[in-house]
Amino acid sequence: MIKATPKPLEEIINYVKDFNKILVAGCDGCVTVCEAGGMKEAKVLGSALRLYFTQAGKDHEVVETTVTRQCDKEYLAELKDMVENADAVVSIACGCGIQYLTEMYNDKIVFPGVDTHFMGINADRGIFEERCAGCGQCVLASTGGICPIARCSKRMLNGPCGGSEAGKCEISKDTPCGWHLIYERLEKLGQVDRFTQPVDPKNWRTSRDGGPRVIIREDLRKAEPQHGSAHS
Amino acid sequence: MEPKTPSRLEKIMAAGQLGVTSEVGPPRGADGAEIEHKGHLIKDYVDAVNVTDNQTSVVRLCSLASCIRLKQMGIDPVLQMTTRDRNRIAMQSDILGAASFGIHNMLCLTGDHQTFGDHPMSANVFDLDSVQLIQTVKMMRDEGKLLSGFEMKVRPQIFIGAAENPFAGPNVELRALRLGKKIAAGAEFIQTQCIYNIPKFKEWMKIAVDKGYAEKAYIMAGITPFKSLGMARYMKTKVPGMDVPDNLIDRLKGVPKEKQADEGIKMAIEMMQELKEVPGVRGFHIMAIEWEEKVPELVKGAGLYPRPQV
Ligand code: SF4
Ligand code: SF4
Repeated sequence: MIKATPKPLEEIINYVKDFNKILVAGCDGCVTVCEAGGMKEAKVLGSALRLYFTQAGKDHEVVETTVTRQCDKEYLAELKDMVENADAVVSIACGCGIQYLTEMYNDKIVFPGVDTHFMGINADRGIFEERCAGCGQCVLASTGGICPIARCSKRMLNGPCGGSEAGKCEISKDTPCGWHLIYERLEKLGQVDRFTQPVDPKNWRTSRDGGPRVIIREDLRKAEPQHGSAHS
Repeated sequence: MEPKTPSRLEKIMAAGQLGVTSEVGPPRGADGAEIEHKGHLIKDYVDAVNVTDNQTSVVRLCSLASCIRLKQMGIDPVLQMTTRDRNRIAMQSDILGAASFGIHNMLCLTGDHQTFGDHPMSANVFDLDSVQLIQTVKMMRDEGKLLSGFEMKVRPQIFIGAAENPFAGPNVELRALRLGKKIAAGAEFIQTQCIYNIPKFKEWMKIAVDKGYAEKAYIMAGITPFKSLGMARYMKTKVPGMDVPDNLIDRLKGVPKEKQADEGIKMAIEMMQELKEVPGVRGFHIMAIEWEEKVPELVKGAGLYPRPQV
């Protein structure tokens, strides 16, 4: 899922200090899982803002809410009255949710309340690790199920580089070398001969390098609309 | 092996002689004269001179311009190119530019990650990796094509080099396989990481010989003399992928500070003497970091002077 972290309170206060009616809009999706933008975090941020406004002696009205997903119009539509009533919105959804909310309520000022980082896993409570860089052409089948794009600091397709040492990446002793992991897995699978064949240059067009990406799934467009789909 | 390019280094090694290369690190400023000065120091003692490409990710005068300067002094340069900072468009363009000045050697590298350098906040490129850069140069030279498939009227003539680090992880077998991969991609000479752990290097070399890699590419042993005990310790603990055995550190510890530099040179010469006898070693790549003036002493000490004329 998408991993985000709350922005520093001072930064958010700086955005909203000249407004009175603030809506803090969370999301029940990924940001709830990584505890950056769910109802719990919305309440924490709301209380902090109220405390700030009270101490600063400013009139204020701070409302907290969440929707099922800020990346779907149907759910964003549920926010209509609350958004209209607010002077400014702080969205604590991921970067996608923040933008889609902005797009739907285009005359409203919307601020980001989180920093969105990557697609990753929950390694442990409070530990999130990147796993996929969304390259658009998955090569996991040939790399033992470990992603060389997201997990090698140089996104090499013919690793490991000469800086790999004792299982760690040259950038830090805290970063596992993705190619070391690939080697270990391929050795386990008896596929070490993969390391003798050069892998050709990758087509990065399917990645962010090709410009903003859109997927059009004709099969889905023809199908019956489902609840939560963007095309109902 | 028959030489495929006008490279002097290639001709010397193809004739069965040990090749000798060294390197010049360009300055962190626009002082072109410094490159020429360093070139003069080593000119007559080596067959070709590598020019590093923003090594350790620190911005320096560019490798290509430095190579052109050396070329104009009559030195055969080795253009080092990392894939860290340029995409395939820029790299192919630089290769053509180099070839247009008669630069006939390249060392294809992935490069250190930019976190090591003076611009850790920069974007990293890594459109290709070193193996793919080797493939690219080979395709340009042997097929006369760019990666796009475009056919060139005039092809670059480049002796294709790569680096390999026998001491990096996960183990020596994988490092030998990766050498094989680089050769399969088109590498014709290999300059190794600085060698300090000779037993481990021999292990790697033995695999390279047994698998037939050593017949398909000229393997040049990497040598970096220690200037001081401090430098040896730094190499051991701070430089990723460097393997410095304790006995070398102890040997330096055993001599007074002012004698450590001499001892470092002595150790390097002894290592070269020993490595000359290792099957598969076809030359030396001397990386005397900010110590270029010592290259003549090392080359003479190892019995590699005068250099053959071709
Ligand atoms: S190869 Fe591409 S799609 Fe597959 S995990 Fe890596 S970045 Fe994601
Ligand atoms: S050490 Fe491993 S993960 Fe780090 S850049 Fe090199 S190959 Fe990639």
